[in-house]
Amino acid sequence: MEPGEIHALLGENGAGKSTLMNVLYGLYQPDEGEILVDDKPLKLKGPSDAIAAGIGMVHQHFMLVPVFTVAENIMLGAEQVKGGLAGFLDRRRARREVTEVSERYNLRVDPDAVIEDLPVGIQQRVEIVKALTRDVDLLILDEPTAVLTPQETEELLTVMRALKAAGKSIVFITHKLGEVKAIADRITVIRRGKTVGTASPTASRDELAALMVGRSVRLTVDKQPATPGRPMLEVSGLVVDDDRQVRAVDGVDLTVHAGEVLGVAGVQGNGQTELIEAIMGLRPALAGSISLDGDQIHGWSTKKVLRAGVGYVPEDRSVDGLVKEFSVAENLVLDIYDRPPFGKGLSLKPDAIAKSAKERIEQFDVRTPSADAAVGTLSGGNQQKVIVARELSRPLKLFIAAQPTRGVDVGSIEFIHSRVIRERDVGTAVMVVSSELDEVLGLADRIAVMYRGRIIGIVGPDTPREEIGLLMAGITPDAAEGAATPGATAAPGDGPAAAAPEGPGSEDEA
Amino acid sequence: MSNPNPGSGSPEKEPATKAQEARREARANPTVPAGDSGRAVPATATTRPAAEPRPSLGRLFLDNLWAANTVTVTVLALLLAMVIGAILIIVSDPEVLATYSYITARPADAINASWAVVSEAYANLFKGAVFDPEAVGFTAALSPISETLTYTAPLVFTGLSVALAFRGGLFNIGAQGQATMGVILAAVAGFALPLPPALHLLVALLAGAIGGAIWGFIPGILKARTGAHEVINTIMLNYIAVYFLSWIIIQNGVQNPGRADAISKPVDASAQLPRLLGADLRVHGGILLAVLATWFVAWLLNRSTLGFELRAVGANPDAARTAGISVTRTYVLIMVIAGLLAGLGGANQVLGTTADALTPQVVAQIGFDGILVALLGRVKPWGVLLAALLFGALQAGGNRMQSYAGISLELVTVLQALIVIFIAAPALVKAIFQLRAARAARLQTSLAKGW
Repeated sequence: MEPGEIHALLGENGAGKSTLMNVLYGLYQPDEGEILVDDKPLKLKGPSDAIAAGIGMVHQHFMLVPVFTVAENIMLGAEQVKGGLAGFLDRRRARREVTEVSERYNLRVDPDAVIEDLPVGIQQRVEIVKALTRDVDLLILDEPTAVLTPQETEELLTVMRALKAAGKSIVFITHKLGEVKAIADRITVIRRGKTVGTASPTASRDELAALMVGRSVRLTVDKQPATPGRPMLEVSGLVVDDDRQVRAVDGVDLTVHAGEVLGVAGVQGNGQTELIEAIMGLRPALAGSISLDGDQIHGWSTKKVLRAGVGYVPEDRSVDGLVKEFSVAENLVLDIYDRPPFGKGLSLKPDAIAKSAKERIEQFDVRTPSADAAVGTLSGGNQQKVIVARELSRPLKLFIAAQPTRGVDVGSIEFIHSRVIRERDVGTAVMVVSSELDEVLGLADRIAVMYRGRIIGIVGPDTPREEIGLLMAGITPDAAEGAATPGATAAPGDGPAAAAPEGPGSEDEA
Repeated sequence: MSNPNPGSGSPEKEPATKAQEARREARANPTVPAGDSGRAVPATATTRPAAEPRPSLGRLFLDNLWAANTVTVTVLALLLAMVIGAILIIVSDPEVLATYSYITARPADAINASWAVVSEAYANLFKGAVFDPEAVGFTAALSPISETLTYTAPLVFTGLSVALAFRGGLFNIGAQGQATMGVILAAVAGFALPLPPALHLLVALLAGAIGGAIWGFIPGILKARTGAHEVINTIMLNYIAVYFLSWIIIQNGVQNPGRADAISKPVDASAQLPRLLGADLRVHGGILLAVLATWFVAWLLNRSTLGFELRAVGANPDAARTAGISVTRTYVLIMVIAGLLAGLGGANQVLGTTADALTPQVVAQIGFDGILVALLGRVKPWGVLLAALLFGALQAGGNRMQSYAGISLELVTVLQALIVIFIAAPALVKAIFQLRAARAARLQTSLAKGW
């Protein structure tokens, strides 16, 4: 690592990126080899040694106390006290430090805001500020963009550039190729715990992807033109509230035909989640109607909807998709455990479950030591394959996939995409909701863009990404032509979603 | 927080050691059915061909023994508790303590006196619980076991009740209250209904089960409908049940007409659980029912669709809901079945040989002990049975220890508490015995989950 350099660490899930960085941060002890800082070998016994050596880390999952304020979180672990023995916390000084650091690096955070009220992107910023107040020279960002919206990602990249300008070195761990190309000075690719190559950011995406998975990968989805049949899912005038009783879906009309993929694009937090949950019977619909193949499914239980032939890949696999303590085999029957041949009456048929698990694992190329291994021990991509395998292994009328490839490595993305298209080709209606515009563009035959709870436009797959980007920011083509706002047209070219600066993501997600 | 978990980086590691374990077991213990080991080995052997040289069998055995696995931690916890118990016995005996005042002059006195009192106490504990070598005759020889099983039976039911709820993500503190309602209904059915022998027993048991089930249903439905926390509600219902018992005993038609104190009419002989080993030994059919209940709960948890739902809801209610499982319905069912089991445990107290009439103390502590039994049994059905057996043995042995060695029965309670403390804190046992950190982390989470 050079000072003032952004070094990207690229690799599939489970390649060993995070483990390597945890060693650097002193969380794990190396079995062999040594770490050199300024040419001196360094023995790290814990994170405090790492911080003392000028290494800071922002974890993929934030280490913040949700009910504390920004300033309190930042001073946590390095509390400043005043008043001698009485040991009062010096909150004022902590706040001053926060303000100072955030001004110096242009990282806007309000020191008095409570963490749980902040959107994910700002929380991450707090983590960065926290690391910076400890005077680090090397900052490790572990998959920082996995949880961010396109706008937030863009902002993060700006922050990283600012830090680089200030002479800080950054290790940027990711498996998103676009970001790497946009920001990195040097790229190291790791595969199965070994460095397999170094590349410059000028390398093409396909070259990088090939290095990562060790073979050539097609990043575009191969597919024939769709042959849409009868309407399978019809939603009209749907109104749904979110958990805080705030209107999330506000009069959505859409139709998905058999044999086509409808992509739902949009910045996260614009009602996509609530729309799907309402269809699945997980969330009450306040108004409007939902029909599946002619049947009104409005008000049905989730079980009934699933039984009617709907496959569902939920957005957050670790929360809604899998029971981590359960084995792969059990997770493969999580929503069909009580149907023959897996269950009869009250009794479960472990042999049938094991047999089917073996087949699915083979069919869907799930890399697991055995069908009895707990799903939580698998890598993210393989966990996702378990869900996809479960949902696609019964006859479906409608297949709903929300963020099907979030946090999934390139090899698995390719595989999951091909299975989605295969499902379309057998005549299933498919609905893909994703905040990755690339994914929607690659898979969809028609694209519906959601903005603030409404479908703001339905466009074809050949629509230029800039136009969809504008739609995602709430600007319809007519409005953009009429007003020609400079802010909206000066869209950044690299981020998947070319959105206006005043993106809705931050306030809608709060 | 997957990052700090060292296991997450290499998913292949653990199954590999499992396979080694399986192979080791298969060789070291030839009585293991061939099918059992054959199932485990090929599944993993294919994923990792035996490339690295394996350490010797003895080494593996020791490694495994010294790893912080369930059995090792449990046995060591037991040992630790007995050591501390020994110290308490010494400290609480003034005569022995007196020898310590001149320990520098004659250390042998202090050591001998301590050894004598401790060994006598534990010898009596053993004789009272398992076997007395001096006993002559069939009845005397079997008496300790009979006593142990008598104390074990109700604890199995309440332990299962708590364990089942635990697996479903609920902490059933209310086994005591459920057992109390069970004992009331079972006793009333036992003396108020004029029925033929076999049927009467069946009806009385059923009444006990229903009483417990109702008392479980209330917190269950409250949790499902309103989200009211089951811990608080079950604790409150425990109080209600206890005072209801005190009240109903002195009501007309319930109170024994020949008595002025708080005791009910005795249960008819036709409603009593049959004694298994003749009239002189107290062990009764309750223990058979307990084994049956254990088998049933084991089947329910692992081999039934309901158990699948229950475990899924316990481990991840969000995923269960998304998969179409009704979480609220499952919560209610869990509490009803848990209550039913505890109610049967209560029925055991009055239909067996422990008592034949209601008194304010008839339930003893079986509900609260059930929580300890469930934890000690690692919330697994057969584990609960073994844990209840241990607690039953301590209880039975404690009685003899009190009468023969003059050590107060409370020491047994202290021993039980110490065992559970060490079990619940595997890190402590691990640190004391310097065990390898193998699966202790998993043990801990399995116990902490209910909150």
